[in-house]
Amino acid sequence: MQPKTIIEKIWEKHTVLSEQGKPDLLYIDLHMVHEVTSPQAFEGLRLTDRKVRRPDLTFATMDHNVPTDNRTSIKDAIARKQMETLSNNCNEFGIEIADLDSPDNGIVHVIGPELGLTQPGKTIVCGDSHTSTHGAFGALAFGIGTSEVEHVLATQTIWQSKPKTMEVKVNGRLAPGVTAKDIILAVIAKYGVDFGTGYVLEYTGEAIRGLTMEERMTICNMSIEAGARAGLISPDQVTVDYLKGREKVPSGEEFDKKASEWLALSTDEGAQYDAVVEIDSEEIEPMVTWGTNPSQGVGIHGTVPSPEDAENEAGRKAIQQSLDYMDLKPGTKMTDISIEHVFIGSCTNSRLSDLRAAAEIAKGRKVAEGVRAMVVPGSQKVKIAAEKEGLDKIFIEAGFDWRESGCSMCLSMNPDFVPEGERCASTSNRNFEGRQGKGARTHLVSPAMAAAAAISGKFVDVRKLEEPSVTQ
Amino acid sequence: MEPLVKHEGNTAVLPRVNVDTDQIIPKQFLKRVERSGFGQFLFFDWRFLANGKDNPDFELNQDSAENATILIADHNFGCGSSREHAPWALQDYGFRVIIAPSFADIFYNNCFKNGILPIRLQEEKVYELMENGKDKVYNLTVDLENQKIADKDGFEASFTIDSYWKEMLLNGWDEISLTLQYENKITEYEDKVTL
Repeated sequence: MQPKTIIEKIWEKHTVLSEQGKPDLLYIDLHMVHEVTSPQAFEGLRLTDRKVRRPDLTFATMDHNVPTDNRTSIKDAIARKQMETLSNNCNEFGIEIADLDSPDNGIVHVIGPELGLTQPGKTIVCGDSHTSTHGAFGALAFGIGTSEVEHVLATQTIWQSKPKTMEVKVNGRLAPGVTAKDIILAVIAKYGVDFGTGYVLEYTGEAIRGLTMEERMTICNMSIEAGARAGLISPDQVTVDYLKGREKVPSGEEFDKKASEWLALSTDEGAQYDAVVEIDSEEIEPMVTWGTNPSQGVGIHGTVPSPEDAENEAGRKAIQQSLDYMDLKPGTKMTDISIEHVFIGSCTNSRLSDLRAAAEIAKGRKVAEGVRAMVVPGSQKVKIAAEKEGLDKIFIEAGFDWRESGCSMCLSMNPDFVPEGERCASTSNRNFEGRQGKGARTHLVSPAMAAAAAISGKFVDVRKLEEPSVTQ
Repeated sequence: MEPLVKHEGNTAVLPRVNVDTDQIIPKQFLKRVERSGFGQFLFFDWRFLANGKDNPDFELNQDSAENATILIADHNFGCGSSREHAPWALQDYGFRVIIAPSFADIFYNNCFKNGILPIRLQEEKVYELMENGKDKVYNLTVDLENQKIADKDGFEASFTIDSYWKEMLLNGWDEISLTLQYENKITEYEDKVTL
């Protein structure tokens, strides 16, 4: 039998219809819904008198608009209306929702895996580009627009042209102090912000195999920042162990049966991809972005590039525009850039292990004067687990703000934002102009690097941070 | 959806690479629960100064771009967030056609659902159009049926497009109705696999 990639295996299994001259009609196993990209889709159903075909395969939460200080009184009337609209829509159409009162509430891409809704081999969609996160489990997961949300609600299917496949090989072992976030930022810096357009990525290699599930989610999360709608990792024992015992995962014999099905999904030996790129782990050091797209990043010991480094006029113009917006000069050392804000959170880096990594740096140290640092857990469950371990106390003691869960300052749809002209070290996924607030300047980093920046007031190599002074 | 068969209109040139959907429609406008009225917020942070006045430097505010219905853009247009508010804003502002060397995948699909034709064209051809339309009123005819773009001075280019999307736009079909014609296939599939 012809060896196949996991991408082909999932695709074939979910093809409802495949006809000449059309994209394939693909069945969707899990549709996650949030408040921002769904109201117009539900309204569309109402206008055409359609029902939700499979409410049992649909799950909703609210995360983008949620305030992180006081969840019980939402001052922004338009945001409140959007959240109420979602609750009402879920009631009307019979969809399970983790609303603000639910212990399961959190960022859609954090709670899917947490509850065990996310499973290997599933096709998963959500009206959010970071749906690629769920690919960490060996699921084919991608973001869709609101019209497609309506289409999936009505038909449980989506028309999709078969994507090309690309292997992203991360060779060797990671050096200590280098994280999953640094891998993905380094890959995007090396190959560009759109090398994945038209492809589904599969991450392979020794470094990937050595990652935990939470680290794998960080990698797959940012596939879209390389232009790929989906990026995934073949399941292995790490995947199976993570899922065992989760609420929405079968137990006992049924689980064992599932587990062997999952493991069989992995890409076959000798399967061919349409393209292959690779990176050596030894090349990777802690990364910091300097520009206004996620590919504009360098190692912490690097410098801000010059427009002259670009290959063509369009490239020169793009670098110049980024430098103007970021108020940076070519040749500036990354370690000479100071910051006023730190945001630890988002669907990229807000899980328990992310918070542990940041807390390890924060422990016994103090946030630098003039820096406002904020920790926003990815879900209510992450928050409670972190508090159980005393991470909240470590952060508060160090001068960080400890918040309720939500998307928060990743895109600042809620009240959390960076003021104009100020600089933020952020563990989120996008450094686009205005992303964290109009005129805000975002530098993407790992949780440990963000915590180190909070302590130092500027970017530093977290591996060289001075020992905390013993003053406690 | 309004069908698009042949479109003649003026162009606006936006020679910037990697224009993301956060720029096309910033997040503060995503809280609305309606589909309409987003045109006024299109490219908000680029288009307007802090005092609310038009930014005279922004490409779409040039006299030559007034009443444009065809946007000529650069590589990786529409990258980032999946927000369909981006094509809603472009469409509401008046654009029916976007021509660029490459588009981000999610944005590309979202366009078709809203009666916007995104055309992938060779880089040289796009740059030629940009040059032609620079600082002057420039009119193009886009013929979807024959997959051709032409101006009145002899510029001609043909483009490729998936026949499925072409049919959808030509006929202004509602995709869900189309899919529901295959409902028996979906049911068959569901009967075959247990979920």
